[in-house]
Amino acid sequence: MSQDHPDLRESYLFDRPTIRDIQRAADKGIYHIRGGGAKRRLPHFDDLVFLGASISRYPLEGYRESCGTDVTLGSRHAQKPLKIDIPITIAGMSFGSLSANAKEALGRGASEVGTSTTTGDGGMTQEERGHSSKLVYQYLPSRYGMNPDDLRKADAIEVVIGQGAKPGGGGMLLGQKISDRVAEMRDLPKNIDQRSACRHPDWTGPDDLEIKIRELREITDWQVPIYVKVGATRTYYDTMLAVKSGADVIVVDGMQGGTGATQDCFIEHVGIPTLPAVRLAAEALQELGLHRTGVQLIVSGGIRCGADVAKAIALGADAVSIGTAALIALGDNRPDLAEEYAKLGSAPGFYDDWQAGRDPAGITTQDPELSKRLDPVQAGHRLANFLRVLTLEAQTLARACGKSHVHNLEPEDLNALTIEAAAMAKVPLAGTGWIPGQGF
Amino acid sequence: MMREIDLTEGDIRQLNRILQRRDGNEDANFTVTNPMGRHALAAGLMHDIKVQIDGHVGYYCGGMNKHASITVDGNAGVGVAENMMSGLVRVKGDASQSAGATGHGGLLVVEGNASSRCGISMKGIDIVVQGSVGHNSAFMAQSGHLVICGDADDGLGDSIYEAVIYLRGEARGLGADCIEKEMTDDHRATLKGLLDRAGIVADAQDFRRYGSARQLYNFKIDNVGAY
Ligand SMILES: Cc1cc2nc3c(=O)[nH]c(=O)nc-3n(C[C@H](O)[C@H](O)[C@H](O)COP(=O)(O)O)c2cc1C
Repeated sequence: MSQDHPDLRESYLFDRPTIRDIQRAADKGIYHIRGGGAKRRLPHFDDLVFLGASISRYPLEGYRESCGTDVTLGSRHAQKPLKIDIPITIAGMSFGSLSANAKEALGRGASEVGTSTTTGDGGMTQEERGHSSKLVYQYLPSRYGMNPDDLRKADAIEVVIGQGAKPGGGGMLLGQKISDRVAEMRDLPKNIDQRSACRHPDWTGPDDLEIKIRELREITDWQVPIYVKVGATRTYYDTMLAVKSGADVIVVDGMQGGTGATQDCFIEHVGIPTLPAVRLAAEALQELGLHRTGVQLIVSGGIRCGADVAKAIALGADAVSIGTAALIALGDNRPDLAEEYAKLGSAPGFYDDWQAGRDPAGITTQDPELSKRLDPVQAGHRLANFLRVLTLEAQTLARACGKSHVHNLEPEDLNALTIEAAAMAKVPLAGTGWIPGQGF
Repeated sequence: MMREIDLTEGDIRQLNRILQRRDGNEDANFTVTNPMGRHALAAGLMHDIKVQIDGHVGYYCGGMNKHASITVDGNAGVGVAENMMSGLVRVKGDASQSAGATGHGGLLVVEGNASSRCGISMKGIDIVVQGSVGHNSAFMAQSGHLVICGDADDGLGDSIYEAVIYLRGEARGLGADCIEKEMTDDHRATLKGLLDRAGIVADAQDFRRYGSARQLYNFKIDNVGAY
């Protein structure tokens, strides 16, 4: 700003984005709905570093000594736990928010590297089931498209209580994204805004949840794992209660987690970051004696690279889950779409109008012409490439710390670069033995 | 031939495996005795069989039912016939909250009263209640019919979509976007068909029809008070 106007001083409080927001609200009379996750700077995995090997620890040889990445999910109660080859899964994103081609591409990419993908609000599509060798079926408050046949086709069930982008919020699919097929799957008329309830219609609280989970197990003959997904808020207690309710796997989604469409004020102001959430969930599992043994922890919200994966695992996750990064790998925000983004008032690197249904990359749309632009085979392969890189990066970091499996990473391998991150991740501030809140 | 299963000592998992025919049986008629309010009884059934349950049941009895006819000779806990796809669930006593929640098809008959949120988010199921229903019944109801022979508590049909409510008694209050609509001969014929299927004697002439005003279908800032 001072570069544009060296003589003018911008207010910190009323900076230009804030002024624009006020002007936008005054123009439109409605809050700003968008896709993506929290945009503001938050304490995150970037604020941590691995210590690596030293005289007291020896590393593993990069190309010769193996470093395992496989994860078994749901061994607590399921007869058929879900085994994935890499510690990265594809998060639930609804058919409706995404095109059928995008869902197929996610399935193809995940299957190519031996991991799972997840349905979303709106039910299971054939494209997705057909192209996902391991598919997790979400059980959401809206119950759009929910039926026992699809439930029995799933390799795991995820009871969704909340999402990091909007803990305590329901969903909204705007009318312009409701094609005939989406409307039919959801048993609603076309072109109307489809709201997804924020509470489940037939249970409230942990005692009911326990009964609900048992019902789902009865319907699926106790075969597949049942996950419980929560947005990161009171994560320690939520984890305790989900375990008590009988969940096999806990999915914790931090406030950076992406969404298909949510109010900007909700995305930016509700929930806690992923960094403290991992630690709180892992602590709850440790206290119950179930960490890395009985109940698995999947963490999501702002996972972008192998370092994020490795750090989440070191803090206690068994696996991570990705949404936004997977969409980018498929082709979202590509530079060659600059002209088309410009027509929508956006630019590569900024496009987040995923709610609007006009995505030139053919991903967050139901428009048949736009959807066609995404080649599911090619996009799936790009996603597989990205997942391979994440895995290789995580292995590289784990080997540097002398670990023969990524799950052997631990908080002791980490230092924090900021006091905030040290306090939230409960690892020492680099150069000190200080963990704020613990003893001093 | 009728097969009797006593739950005094039996376990729910075993019962459901039999009723889902996972053990390969081909029996078509079951009586379940001593249910003692246990949960998820006869959940996830998949075949055209008859199940009679003698006594009260807990949560989610007949959950996600397909094809089966289930009769509960007693009261039912929360979420009876939740997400039912087809078939029939009949409760001879009263039903607790969220009866028939999110049901996609089939018929749920409650011969007594149903508590709050009866037919919440229903997606095609038909529900006939001989008594009254609690508050917020047919909340966000998407399609199907809810027939109430008694009265309805506050918030009837709040945020309703295309489901249709037939009410004989009084509604203490209608929810957002729910209005009374004209009752034509076609509606009376539909209602009579529902009452006949449910085996409940009532005169279709005595009912009024409620449904969506469709004012909240697309977000308008002028409606903000109703959201
Ligand atoms: C386009 C889109 C649609 C989503 N739809 C759902 C959904 O239907 N159900 C759900 O539980 N989460 C949904 N999410 C959230 C993801 O499951 C996941 O929690 C989040 O994307 C993880 O954070 P990340 O985007 O930073 O990787 C969606 C996210 C995106 C980006």
